Amino acid sequence: MTRMFGEPVTRVEDDRLLRGHGAYLDDLGHDALACAFVRSPHAHADVLDVDVTGALDVDGLVAIYTYEDLPGRLAEPLPLLIPHPALTHGRTQYALARGVVNHVGEPVVMVVARDRYLAEDAAERIIVTYRPLPAVVGIPAARAAEHLVHPDVPGNVAANLVQAVGDVESALAGAAHLLELDLSIERSASTPMEGRGVLARWDPESHRLRMWTSTQTSTGVRAAVAAKLGLALVDVDVITPDVGGGFGVKIMHPWPEELLAPWAAMLLGRPVKFVEDRREHFISSAHERAQQHHVRVGFDNDGHVLGLDVRFWHDHGAYIPYGLIVPIITSTQLLGPYKPGAYRVEFDSLYTNTLMVTPYRGAGRPQGVFVMERTMDAIAAFLGLDRALVRERNFIRPDEMPYDHGLMFQDGRPLIYDSGDYPASLEKLKKLVGWDEFEHVRDAARADGRRVGIGLACYVEGTGVGPYEGGHVVVETTGKVKVATGLTTQGQGHQTVFAQIVADELGVPMADVEVVTGDTRRFGYAVGTFASRAAVMSGSAIALAARAARAKALKVAAEALEVDAGDLEIVDGIVRVVGSPGAAISLGTVAVLSNPLRYAFDDAAKAATQFAVGDVSKPPVAEDDEPGVEGRGFFSPMQSTFASGMHAVVVETDPDTAEIKILRYCVVHDCGRLINPRIVEGQIHGGVAQGVGGALYERMVYDEAGQLQNASFMDFLMPYVSEVPERVEIDHLETPSPLNPLGIKGAGEAGVIPGAAAIASAIQDAEGFAITAMPISPSDLFELRRRHERAARANGGSHERSTAE
Amino acid sequence: MTEEQLHDVRLTVNGAAHQVRVPARRLLSDCLRHDVRLTGTHVGCEHGVCGACTVLVDGTPARSCLILAVTADGLDITTVEGLTEADGSLSPVQQAFEDCHGLQCGFCTPGFLTTITAGLRRKPDPTEAEAREMIGGNLCRCTGYQNIVRSVLRAAEIARARGSGS
Repeated sequence: MTRMFGEPVTRVEDDRLLRGHGAYLDDLGHDALACAFVRSPHAHADVLDVDVTGALDVDGLVAIYTYEDLPGRLAEPLPLLIPHPALTHGRTQYALARGVVNHVGEPVVMVVARDRYLAEDAAERIIVTYRPLPAVVGIPAARAAEHLVHPDVPGNVAANLVQAVGDVESALAGAAHLLELDLSIERSASTPMEGRGVLARWDPESHRLRMWTSTQTSTGVRAAVAAKLGLALVDVDVITPDVGGGFGVKIMHPWPEELLAPWAAMLLGRPVKFVEDRREHFISSAHERAQQHHVRVGFDNDGHVLGLDVRFWHDHGAYIPYGLIVPIITSTQLLGPYKPGAYRVEFDSLYTNTLMVTPYRGAGRPQGVFVMERTMDAIAAFLGLDRALVRERNFIRPDEMPYDHGLMFQDGRPLIYDSGDYPASLEKLKKLVGWDEFEHVRDAARADGRRVGIGLACYVEGTGVGPYEGGHVVVETTGKVKVATGLTTQGQGHQTVFAQIVADELGVPMADVEVVTGDTRRFGYAVGTFASRAAVMSGSAIALAARAARAKALKVAAEALEVDAGDLEIVDGIVRVVGSPGAAISLGTVAVLSNPLRYAFDDAAKAATQFAVGDVSKPPVAEDDEPGVEGRGFFSPMQSTFASGMHAVVVETDPDTAEIKILRYCVVHDCGRLINPRIVEGQIHGGVAQGVGGALYERMVYDEAGQLQNASFMDFLMPYVSEVPERVEIDHLETPSPLNPLGIKGAGEAGVIPGAAAIASAIQDAEGFAITAMPISPSDLFELRRRHERAARANGGSHERSTAE
Repeated sequence: MTEEQLHDVRLTVNGAAHQVRVPARRLLSDCLRHDVRLTGTHVGCEHGVCGACTVLVDGTPARSCLILAVTADGLDITTVEGLTEADGSLSPVQQAFEDCHGLQCGFCTPGFLTTITAGLRRKPDPTEAEAREMIGGNLCRCTGYQNIVRSVLRAAEIARARGSGS
């Protein structure tokens, strides 16, 4: 039998989705009532009055709710999901605004009506009277703290966190050279093609709530809803339907709407659905990325970093339910594949009157990598050394693995890299892109009046974050294998890769394996899909579950065939004696025999009935055994596993218009052993496109009043095919992880992480001056050129080559 | 407030006749999804930019979120559900997406499938540049378009092979 692990098999998900038979949230519940929300048009205001009179005679109106209607725990602030000792001033929102709104888009009134059109009719007739308050927008305003977002949070600072290894001040003082850089990244967002959505059905007779939500964590939603609505966990089912992309934003929970829809369904005795529209997604879900950084780096004449001090400011928006995860990731993953010498990092997490921040694919790493890689380029430029060489000189070597940075990672555990071969990755990348020959390309282009440049960026990504995931594998009497895991799927092909794992572990055809994810009815213990963790965590758990099921199948088959279990193998769903093909029994029959029966419900079952099987000297099910061929497994590693990679980009910048075109995009990627190379490459492609978007096109443009100026696909420039590189050239390195049974590392986020850093590096190479802020538009680049030309004229010199602005 | 006036609309969807009663403001996308109950057509932005809701109207790609259902009276509409072959097998474009991993979450996919189906009728043998042009008005957040471009070229190949009876 061909081993499925490592094969680029096509996806089992696709047939259904290609026929239009997917079941996304809004494809469900045609009978449900619809919600619409009156959302704040102000970034910061007191809510003085809500007048619903005008809405009351709208045809099809069912209910209108404001904060005053919310009972019990639903009236309390939403949970602070990830507390941290440094998060001294954590504030979260109410499900519906309580007297004050802190960002445009905050829900104030909920309307339920027969359909969404009518719900919007009613919503627009509700008059909310606001008293506008000064809005705090952007990091400089938050730091200045002339106005406060929350009156009881001094300086707009939710948290200040310092981590340090060694004595950075002495290291900087003792270094031959010192550079200081200011580096910043603007806001962007996950922006899945399908927004948020939730459908809830309450069955008063069985006292059960069943809900579907477009989420990255069904168990998280379930626990939150049960707690807030006062229901027992066992009375709440949360089912994740097909999800039209997540990229981080759908890990946030519970959204106000995820609590309000089930609450209304219980009150009204009717199914209730909320489906977000595109503008709502822009102003009412979550953003990420905005950070400003100040770097001081000390290094020797060879470019070895001796000390690194990073101070940064993180804009987390109006509320901070997801805690400090993003800035902690920046703090730690900034180090990438390098040894920083002494290291000190300090951040403030700041409130602003803008949409809250939760992780978006990469989650603080694109910012951290931008900071570190810009710093490496600055050192190289300062010393006149090759940029790749400076990086290589600072690499952690393979023989130094596992490498302990002496810091605490986002999971509260030590930052220890488990494996990786950074010099080998760099070698591959240089070869793939033609790094050493590029000087000729650049010179030839310049001779033609063209500006081209090359850049590179390296990253290390902690993946497979805990605490755990689980899996369940059961062999049915038909021989079909049903697999469940609790975490959810948003397009990563989990049904395929988990089936590949089970097919190998159990010895069955892949076509006989069916995988369900994110359905609490099938598996109730789970954390969720984030941090590139699904393959590592659920993949490992499912492998363990399949091994348990296999052991059980062999035990039952051994008894039936009267042989030693050690002499058996399972091939193509048949248990047989090694070397004796005649002695065999199908897995389906083994499943029948594993479950001693009184009643024969079909022909196959006869084999397991009480007069057919059983040793009368023993109980039908042994004390230490259970009926069925099933296995359950949980995987809970000591720490994350660290994937890595490097990107190289060749850009051309138009001498007149400053348009930036990507000529080549090369990726070397190491996520340990590949389960399905086709799917991994697809993940990289998508990540690269998001990286390009984040580097050149996407930004959330808030004006000083806190109005998001580009809250539509017309104005928020998500890349079309015309904006992405024509080819993403990929080479893989497979350094297995020693931390899990499959040797794998996560791959979901990687593609996006070094994009802004690599592209900035390439633009700088083409233009000859420092690029310190991303994203960069042609207008930005045009302005930078003018500024540098003016400076060059003032200096009487030609090109300014300094990188430290 | 008085109830909305409803209008009878006759649509041919994937070859089948449908009669629905809808308010004048009902979008064709909503009508197809919630009245005709064909939910394969997805709504990604409701302002005509993303292309997820693209259907074929008399064979031409159109954004169903920018069309009022009442104005589609009498029109012949093909949705993603209508793309499969008569024998139920995947169409060349659908098959190509499966072969080339042209979809991940699948939400934007129906709009690409309808767009490319019409595109290949006009241009059965596209160059790679023409394949890019063909999908240039549709947004996808998952794939980075790499495998969608490949899918367009592969679909042309499959269609040619099927056309020649092989």
